[in-house]
Amino acid sequence: MRIYDLIIVGAGPAGITASVYAARKRMDFLVITGDIGGQTAWSADIENYTGYQFVTGPELVDKFEKHMRSYDTNVKEGEGVTGVEKTGGLITIKTDKEREYQAKTVIIASGKRSKELGIPGEKEYKNKGITYCATCDGPLFSGKTVAIIGGGNSALDAALQLERIASKTYIINNTPRLGGDAIMLQKVEKAVNVEILNDSSVLAISGDKFVNSITIKSGEEEKRLPVEGIFVEIGLIPNSDFVKDVEKNNLGEIRINNRNETNVPGIFAAGDVTDVPEKQIVIAAGEGSKACLSAFRYLAQH
Amino acid sequence: MAKNVKIYSTPTCPWCIRTKQFLKDNSIAFEDYDVGSDQIKADEMVAKSGQMGVPVLDIEGEIIVGFDKERIKAALGL
Repeated sequence: MRIYDLIIVGAGPAGITASVYAARKRMDFLVITGDIGGQTAWSADIENYTGYQFVTGPELVDKFEKHMRSYDTNVKEGEGVTGVEKTGGLITIKTDKEREYQAKTVIIASGKRSKELGIPGEKEYKNKGITYCATCDGPLFSGKTVAIIGGGNSALDAALQLERIASKTYIINNTPRLGGDAIMLQKVEKAVNVEILNDSSVLAISGDKFVNSITIKSGEEEKRLPVEGIFVEIGLIPNSDFVKDVEKNNLGEIRINNRNETNVPGIFAAGDVTDVPEKQIVIAAGEGSKACLSAFRYLAQH
Repeated sequence: MAKNVKIYSTPTCPWCIRTKQFLKDNSIAFEDYDVGSDQIKADEMVAKSGQMGVPVLDIEGEIIVGFDKERIKAALGL
């Protein structure tokens, strides 16, 4: 089996930047990823990526992808990594296409994904009333009654987007009061068709072909709300399940030092999948570059 | 012969933009329906795909939900 210098897992800002550095160092490497762009592809407006006063997520991802591919980089797209294991001096990667790859170093840059509710009805009604992307699917709920599950900035953002679309919006929040930025919170509290239900959790989602109601528990009381749309905005979890041997924190984020090294020599990590303090596109990109340079140095020494 | 390609999308959806860009990059002509403002097309999309997520592509009657590059390529013969 061919042994690569480096395999990069993921092609968001961290993975793509790592790939650019790897190409420029003429490393023998491969990128394996489910999608291109990661969470950046889901972002609407980006106003804090240096050099762009304003750019949309899709535009920035397009630039990232073209930069990566300008080096004829070998990208296995649409291929999910299911296992990363180090035995002897080599790291073996297994994928959902039943393939195996081997490398001397690996950079895990697999990012985060939307957290799911884990309640009855969620699987059945995904995309049949339940959505994890208010920006994408919001306009389809014109004139309908909807519920947003969550209480942070992304929930507030969804509420403000839906204010002009839905006829009525419930915010189901399981803490005593909403979190998020003060400016957004004020706007949401002023919105006429938004009803905030604090100390409330969702127990089940039901419907026939599509969602028609949710069951919630408010304090001690259980009740059913008729809704046709459900927007899940309860945060993100790291895509780190497929790598068992590295140390993670209690959120499942991979622990790294300031050289992007994990506790396993030769396995590096970068971006939102790690315990790096801030999750930003510009930070993920910088971390990807650092991780690649660390991997390069490691190869020179081993 | 050019295939009949329709896309049901919303103006704000990042994956819709990426899908349309992909079609343009491959010189594929398509009709674009904004299901956020066109309720008839929104209903048509839900009836065809049995779900409410965008984008939805209709390539000569083959319905593809989401930016599924491999399936889109296969359906277009790219």
